[in-house]
Amino acid sequence: MIAEIGHFSLLLALGVALAQMILPIWGAQRGNQALMRMGSSAAQAQFVLLLIAFSALTVAYVTSDFSLLNVVQNSHSAKPMLYKVSGVWGNHEGSLLLWVLILALFGCAVAVFGRNLPPDLKANVLGVQGSISVAFLLFMIMTSNPFIRADPAPFEGRGLNPILQDPALSFHPPFLYLGYVGFSVAFSFAVAALITGRIDPAWARWVRPWTLMAWMFLTLGISMGSWWAYYELGWGGWWFWDPVENASFMPWLSGTALLHSALVMEKRDSLKIWTILLAILTFSLSLMGAFLVRSGVLTSVHSFATDPARGVFILGIMVIFIGGALALFAHRAQMLRQGGIFAPVSREGSLVLNNLLITTSCAAVFIGTLYPLALEAVTGDKISVGPPFFNATFGPLMIPLLIAMPFGPFLAWKRGDILGVAQRLSVAAVVTALVVIAVYAYLARGPWLAPLALGMGIWVIAGALSEVAFRAKMFRAPWEEVFRRLRNLPRAAYGTAVAHLGVGVMVLGVVATTAWQSEKILAVKPGETVNIAGYDLRFGGVAPSQGPNYREQIGVLIVKRGGEEITRLHPSKRLYDAPKTATTEAGIYASWGGDLYVVLGDELKEGAFTLRFYFNPLVRFIWIGTLIMFFGGFLSLSDRRLRVGAPKRARAAPANAAPAE
Amino acid sequence: MTRKQRRSVLIGTCLAVLGLAVALVLFSLEDSIVFFYSPSDVVEKNIKPGQRFRLGGLVEEGSVKRGESATVQFSVTDTAKTIPVRYTGVLPDLFGEGQGVITEGTLGSDGLFIAESVLAKHDENYMPPEVAEALERQGVRRGGDSADKPN
Repeated sequence: MIAEIGHFSLLLALGVALAQMILPIWGAQRGNQALMRMGSSAAQAQFVLLLIAFSALTVAYVTSDFSLLNVVQNSHSAKPMLYKVSGVWGNHEGSLLLWVLILALFGCAVAVFGRNLPPDLKANVLGVQGSISVAFLLFMIMTSNPFIRADPAPFEGRGLNPILQDPALSFHPPFLYLGYVGFSVAFSFAVAALITGRIDPAWARWVRPWTLMAWMFLTLGISMGSWWAYYELGWGGWWFWDPVENASFMPWLSGTALLHSALVMEKRDSLKIWTILLAILTFSLSLMGAFLVRSGVLTSVHSFATDPARGVFILGIMVIFIGGALALFAHRAQMLRQGGIFAPVSREGSLVLNNLLITTSCAAVFIGTLYPLALEAVTGDKISVGPPFFNATFGPLMIPLLIAMPFGPFLAWKRGDILGVAQRLSVAAVVTALVVIAVYAYLARGPWLAPLALGMGIWVIAGALSEVAFRAKMFRAPWEEVFRRLRNLPRAAYGTAVAHLGVGVMVLGVVATTAWQSEKILAVKPGETVNIAGYDLRFGGVAPSQGPNYREQIGVLIVKRGGEEITRLHPSKRLYDAPKTATTEAGIYASWGGDLYVVLGDELKEGAFTLRFYFNPLVRFIWIGTLIMFFGGFLSLSDRRLRVGAPKRARAAPANAAPAE
Repeated sequence: MTRKQRRSVLIGTCLAVLGLAVALVLFSLEDSIVFFYSPSDVVEKNIKPGQRFRLGGLVEEGSVKRGESATVQFSVTDTAKTIPVRYTGVLPDLFGEGQGVITEGTLGSDGLFIAESVLAKHDENYMPPEVAEALERQGVRRGGDSADKPN
C-alpha cells in the first residue's frame, strides 16, 4: 500500500514537473504574471510529491518489504538499521530517486528564497529546473523504477554490498548529490539569463550563494568519499585517480573556477561570457559524472550494476541539455558586452589566472579520464591511465596556482601594485623560507623537492593569515583598533581567508603523505615485533569473532613507542553472510603526526600472517583541510550581503547577536 | 598600458598556460598509460621484458603457492595460455583460485610476471569486463551462480 502511494507520487511528480517546465517559461514570454507564478507552486508541489515517494521507499527498506524488487536486490532483514536506511540510496534506482529529490529541493528553495528575483528571471530559472526534473523522472520511470514489485515476493533479500556498510559512506552520496545537483541551479540561472537576455552583476550576485552552497557540499562529499576509501579499502592511500573519483572532482574544479569568476562579474561587470559558460560547463560535468557512473562504460567500486539502455538514455539527456545550453549560448553570446576593463596585475587579473589554471587542470583530468574510453572505441586497445599521468599533469599546474594564491586577495581591483603586495607578504615569505630550511635540516640531506612542496602549503596558510592581519592593521595600530577592525571585517573576507587556509592545510597533508609515507610488507609470526616510523608493533596473533551480520578474524598488535604501550590495533578480515563477501578493516592509530595503518593479509604457515604496515605522516591534515574549506564557504555564505534573498530589514540586528546559521 | 597591450598580455598568459598543459598531457600520456593484455596477448604480441602492463585472466586452479614470506606465486590463465605471477603483499579479499584477477607489473626475462599490484574486486559475482572479454575470446563462459561457494 505504502509502495503504491510512493509510486503514484512519483508519477504525479512527473506531471507537475512537466507543468513547471512549460507554464512559467510560456508565461515569461507573454508577460503573464499568473503563469509565471505557477512555477513557484509547481516547484514546491514537486518537492512534496518526491518527498512522499522517497519516504515510501525508505519505509519499504526499514520494514524489509521484500515485495519490492529493489528492496530484495539491495537489502536484508539482518542488516543494522543505519544500513537499511542508507541502503535506499546504495543502489542505482534509489540513488536516482535521491538525485531527483535533491533537484526538486533546490527548485523549491529557489521558489521560496528567491522572492527578490525579477519575476521573469525566476520563472525561467524554475522552468529550466523543471525540464531537468522531467528528464530525470522520465529516465527513472522508464528504465529504473524503484517501485517495481517482485512476484512472488521472496522471504529474504540479497543484502547490500558490505563494503558500502559503513557510517561515512552512508552519508557520502547525499552530500555528493547536494553538490552535483546544486550546480543545476547555476546552470538554470545561466540558461534563464540567456533566454531573458539580461546578464548583469546582479545575476552573479544571485547565482553565487547557490554555487557556493553546492561547492561546499561537494567538498564535503568528496572528502568523505576519500576518507572512506582510505580506511575501508585497506590500500593505505587517500586518492586513487579512479575514473569515478575524477567524475566528482571535475565539477568541483569547474565549480571552484565559477565561484571565483562570478566574483569578478559581480564586482566589476566583467568576464560575463566566461562565467555563463562555466556555469553551463560545471553542471555538464556533473551530468557527465552521472553518465560515467551509471552507464557502465566505467567499472569501479562506485559504479552501479548497469544496463546499456540506461547509458543511452543518460547520453540522450546529456546531449539535449549540454547541446541545447551551448547552442543558446552561441546564439546569444555576441550580445554580451564586456564591462569593466582591468590591468593584467589586478584582482581581476589574479582571478583570471586562477580560472585559467583551474580549468586547464580540469581539462587534464578530463583527458586522463576519457582517453582510455576514446582509445578503446577507436582502436580497440584497452589501456588504463593511472596516478602517474595525473600526478605529472595536475601537479605542475597546481604549483603556480598555490604560489599566486596569497597575492590575489591583496591586489586592488582594476589595477594592483605587485611590489606593494610582495612587501605585505614578506612576513609570510620569511616564515615559509624558515620552515623549508628547518624541514630540510631536520631530514638531513633529503631531497629538496618535498620540503619545497611543503613550503607551498605553509605559504598559502601564512598568506591567508597575513591578509586578515593586514586588514585588521595588526601590529600597526593599537589593539582596540585591531579588535574593532577584526569584528567589522565582512564575513565574506573571513570566508576567503579561511577557505584558502584550508587549501594550505590540505596541501601540507598531501605533500607529507606522498613524500614521506613509509611502508612494509612482512610475514609475521605471533610474538614477533615489527618496527616502523619509530613505533614497535608486537603481533599477538589472530582470533575469530562474530559480528551482527558477519564473521571476522581479528588480529591484535600491541603498539609501543620508547618501550611504553600506546595502543592496540585490531586489523581484521570480515566475511559477510549476505551477500557472501569479504572486506578488510584496517587497524589505524591516528595522531597529529600521522597515522599508523595496519592491514591483515592471508594466513601462512605456522600461524604467521602477511601484514602490511604503513605510516602516513600528517594524513589527517587532508580531511581537516577540506573541513576548513567547507567552513570558509559557510562563513562566506552567512555574510548578509550575499545571503540568498536576504530580506531588506529596516534595521540590521547587532552583529554579535546574529544567530550562527 | 593600452587596451591592446592588456589584451596581448592576457592572451599570451592563456597561451602559455595552455601550451604548458598540452605539453604535460602529451608527455605524460606517452609515458604513463598502461595496456591491458590477456596471457594469449602476451604470447602473440611478443611483449618485451620490462614493459609495464596489466595482465588479466583467471587464477589457475591449484597454482597458488604461499611460502613463509609475504611473497605469493600463482598463475594467470585465459585457458589457452598461462603466465606465472609473483606478488609481494596483501592479496585482495576476494582473490581465489578460479576467480578473475587483474595484476599490474612487468614481465621478467625468465617469463615470470612481477606484479606490483593485484586489483581488488569487491563483489563475488563481478568479473572485470576486460577479463570477461578476454575469456570470451577463448570460448570460455563464466560459471553459474557461485553465491554459495565459500571463500
